[in-house]
Amino acid sequence: MHAVVFVKQVPDSTEVRIDPRTNTLMREGVPSIINPYDAHAVEEAVRLKERFGGKVTVISMGPPQAREVLKRSISFGADVGVLVTDRAFGGSDTLATSYILSQALRKVAEQEPVDIVLAGKQAIDGDTAQVGPGIATRMGWPQLTYVMNIISVDPDKREIVVERKLEGGKEIVKARLPVLLTVEKGINELRYATFPNLLRAARYEVTMWGKDQLAVDPGKIGLKGSPTTVGRIFPPPPREGGEKLPGGDDNPDQVAALLADLLIKRNLIADR
Amino acid sequence: MPEVTKEVLDLSAYKGVWVFLEQVGGEAAPVSWELLGVGRKLAQDLGVELGGALLGYGVEHLAQEAFAHGADIVYLMDDPILKNYRTDPYARGMINLIRKHRPEIVLMGATTLGRDLSGVVATELETGLTADCTMLEIDPEKKLLKQTRPAFGGNIMATILTKDRRPQMATVRPRVMPMPARISGRTGRLVKEELGVQEEDVLTKVLELVKEPGKAVYLDKAEIIVSGGRGLGEKANFALIEELAQALGGTVGASRAAVEAGWISADHQVGQTGTTVRPKIYFAIGISGAIQHLVGMQTSDVIVAINKDPDAAIFKVATYGIVGDLMKIVPALTREFKKRLGTTGA
Repeated sequence: MHAVVFVKQVPDSTEVRIDPRTNTLMREGVPSIINPYDAHAVEEAVRLKERFGGKVTVISMGPPQAREVLKRSISFGADVGVLVTDRAFGGSDTLATSYILSQALRKVAEQEPVDIVLAGKQAIDGDTAQVGPGIATRMGWPQLTYVMNIISVDPDKREIVVERKLEGGKEIVKARLPVLLTVEKGINELRYATFPNLLRAARYEVTMWGKDQLAVDPGKIGLKGSPTTVGRIFPPPPREGGEKLPGGDDNPDQVAALLADLLIKRNLIADR
Repeated sequence: MPEVTKEVLDLSAYKGVWVFLEQVGGEAAPVSWELLGVGRKLAQDLGVELGGALLGYGVEHLAQEAFAHGADIVYLMDDPILKNYRTDPYARGMINLIRKHRPEIVLMGATTLGRDLSGVVATELETGLTADCTMLEIDPEKKLLKQTRPAFGGNIMATILTKDRRPQMATVRPRVMPMPARISGRTGRLVKEELGVQEEDVLTKVLELVKEPGKAVYLDKAEIIVSGGRGLGEKANFALIEELAQALGGTVGASRAAVEAGWISADHQVGQTGTTVRPKIYFAIGISGAIQHLVGMQTSDVIVAINKDPDAAIFKVATYGIVGDLMKIVPALTREFKKRLGTTGA
């Protein structure tokens, strides 16, 4: 079984802050990490390999330093890491990105047919959840998003059954292979990298593909291939700040009573 | 090889604002009506009609509801294949409707279903799609849809434009836009269309649908939410949040930091990567107020913030702010509310 996983390098966005004076992003010194949902996608692919044999190929797109997330994937047990990187890809929105990544997937599939594609349900920097469905659409393959559990895979009948998360419930769905899954964190528990895998990752030379290695239409990549443009960036509109209640540490009971009075007066909670 | 030829779009051929009317089992998702509310305003500013795209099986009754919530036209595809949501037939239905009727704007709910569907439709139509918009307006001069969303992990707002592709597509989360008034007796035109998809062509089958009403955390429906964040310091202190929520009859929420620290499960998370909420009272306890969190709760009626840092960003949105040690203040609040509301908290 050949599984391909798409991973993204993201800033650890819980660490990103805004400079209150200039209203610009303070991104210096913010560590880059593998998108947490994608780490679970790699883990799931490695588990499929352990069950069915085969191979795990991991693909990422980004600047040269994004090769780190591929090395990390190798340490989880992936076999091959490919970084899709080119200045011409800069400024790609989700539509252009899914196009470029689908061309990379075609190239991988030409060398060895692909059975399952996995990715995290979304990336924590953009939160769009668009690139996975975009790739599936361009390949003409079924997609199963928000997967919590792979119930069964039948490589001979070319079928997969998964559990998908829905609002207020779940569903069990069967699909034909090849298929693209986007996964929830709960799909598995990450394991510690084994020593041989860590060693292999440290020495691993990531394959790099640019626009010349991929059959890409220049009109469909980068800024030119992106229908969306950013018109304006601004700090969020402030909401009317209210009042600070006196008391605090010195007299917590007093401030508690005052707050209860205020909420009762506004009819938000009912007095006994 | 990829195709190189591309048609140049005649933008003026695209007219009208559309809302995808999401439903499950014949029951409409409230976000559908919320989108009709904001869609009504956009249609008015453009001087065009507001349409609803309704796909499903046995769902014609929802057309009347769509008219009552502001739609002028409803395009209906009613077909047994659409009984349960599946990406492929729904996407093909939407794509066919859009290709035929050419709306300039298509809005969808940023629900799991809407996110699954919108990415496919936009890719197939090779147009722009902006996720999780918090503001939608028409540029008065260029007549473009200004799609504003939190960016970079929610720390800043960005206004996105789709200038030369159509339709301009955007998703909006539930409860971000207000629910419009329902005008009973308001009517519109119903246009019925054929889906034109055969079951044999669909590569997925739904084997089982499981509702888990007891398990899900209905943050988006809660009237009182008590949320805890990084300021709690350790997992054991989350009990303080649970006790206060119990005293108030509220629901427990959390910031991303608290979820990522493993103090509470992700279904309690409020914010851009969690749930957007709009309760009557929102308690933010030990939450500094990163924009990622603020965009998910700032439309609450009343916000109470408790934080030891008087300069914390959360105080800028709080109706009532309490500066101090949450370890002292939260238990005092729990005691007070138990006393005043007669709850036992048991």
